Amino acid sequence: MRVRFWGTRGSIPVALTSADIRYKIEQALALAIAKGVDSAEKLQNFIEHDLGFSISHTYGGHSPCVEIETERPEYLVCDLGSGARAFGNRVMSRQEGGPPVINVIMSHVHWDHIMGFPFFAPAYLPGALIRIHGCHDVLEQAFRLQQSAPCFPVDFSRLAADIEFVQLRAGSSYDVAGFKVTPKLQRHTGDSYGYRFERGGKIVVYSTDSEHKLEDPRETRGFVDFFRNADLVIFDAMYSLLDTVSVKEDWGHSSNIVGVEMAQMANVKHLCMFHHEPSFDDDRIESVLNETLRFEKLTRTQQPLRITAAYDGMEIDL
Amino acid sequence: MDIRNKIHGDVLVLSPEGRIDHANSEEFRQALKPLIERCSEKGERLVLDLAGVDYVSSAGLRCFMLAEKQAKSQGGTIVVAAMQPVVNEIFQISRFTLVFETFPTVRDALAKLSPTALKAFDAAR
Repeated sequence: MRVRFWGTRGSIPVALTSADIRYKIEQALALAIAKGVDSAEKLQNFIEHDLGFSISHTYGGHSPCVEIETERPEYLVCDLGSGARAFGNRVMSRQEGGPPVINVIMSHVHWDHIMGFPFFAPAYLPGALIRIHGCHDVLEQAFRLQQSAPCFPVDFSRLAADIEFVQLRAGSSYDVAGFKVTPKLQRHTGDSYGYRFERGGKIVVYSTDSEHKLEDPRETRGFVDFFRNADLVIFDAMYSLLDTVSVKEDWGHSSNIVGVEMAQMANVKHLCMFHHEPSFDDDRIESVLNETLRFEKLTRTQQPLRITAAYDGMEIDL
Repeated sequence: MDIRNKIHGDVLVLSPEGRIDHANSEEFRQALKPLIERCSEKGERLVLDLAGVDYVSSAGLRCFMLAEKQAKSQGGTIVVAAMQPVVNEIFQISRFTLVFETFPTVRDALAKLSPTALKAFDAAR
């Protein structure tokens, strides 16, 4: 099973600026000078082993869109944030054996999770089938609304694909593209839903835009059960713990600390921090990741928990 | 949960012990609440002496935050002292050091908060 991240940023897409690129170049060259890099061979080795991810790469800036490969001639994707544009282009470039079938699973319909759809090329493709699954009764309304005049030039009714909306209920399980899919209600303004995907003994949980209040142990236990024995949990780690219990309390997001604690309680193998704060640059995200790795080490009681910070283009094989 | 507490001049020093985690955080919060009520502008200032605390989970940290909010609304001051290295790191990673002033020892905290408290502390040793 492969999970591919097309958008990992929270709330609003962000882009690297020319100042950001210049900073990366300066950092890389200064380190290269210090390391005595003076040949093409040394350069490759230097890039591969000496440069940190935040200098040699970027975490990216697209809002949430995560694909789970199905091993069937159809697609499965969580949310349609701005990352959906690139995902759609890939779908268009890989058309084999007829128009694509795309299963979308929606956490909720806040703008950062639907804004990629007007630029999702398969929506304009005659014969393509797009099934949009979700637990909100305003699901279809939200998709139609964002393409209404005067906000967008192409009305939803003019999209060429066959688009179906499929209502799901939290707590029930469904078969979607060969996966057993179980939604769970999460704490977020207007509600959001996490999804547990199971197939062939592998478990992936997509749990974004979810605040954990810590005051009700039953609520915590419910999420621990939802995450139980997962191979991968994609977790909203947008804020610091301090923020979630002070200035950003009730903003509907969680922290790296709570993610690690819950993953440890649930015997999760891999925790992937997701929905990065848009004001964080690459250095800051890497620094939060390093602190989280340290926190896991300090609090480890059983086997180590693998922890990563999601980036646009990241692939995880399970 | 019992929280040892001792007055030094005009400063109250609270000394919880063991782990403060999801299993006992509510009990800790209830035990802390009446003690925090004593912390106000005209009342006692407060030192959380964490020398005996091995571990604080997110639920435990939330109790500290609630205590700080309560004290602040009463015009009071809470500081943290004598954290074990693990707890100190957890405070830093969770960013709680941005809210709580921390000191290596209880004596250092008292020295910052009140000359009267420091005098009483030193006299009692």
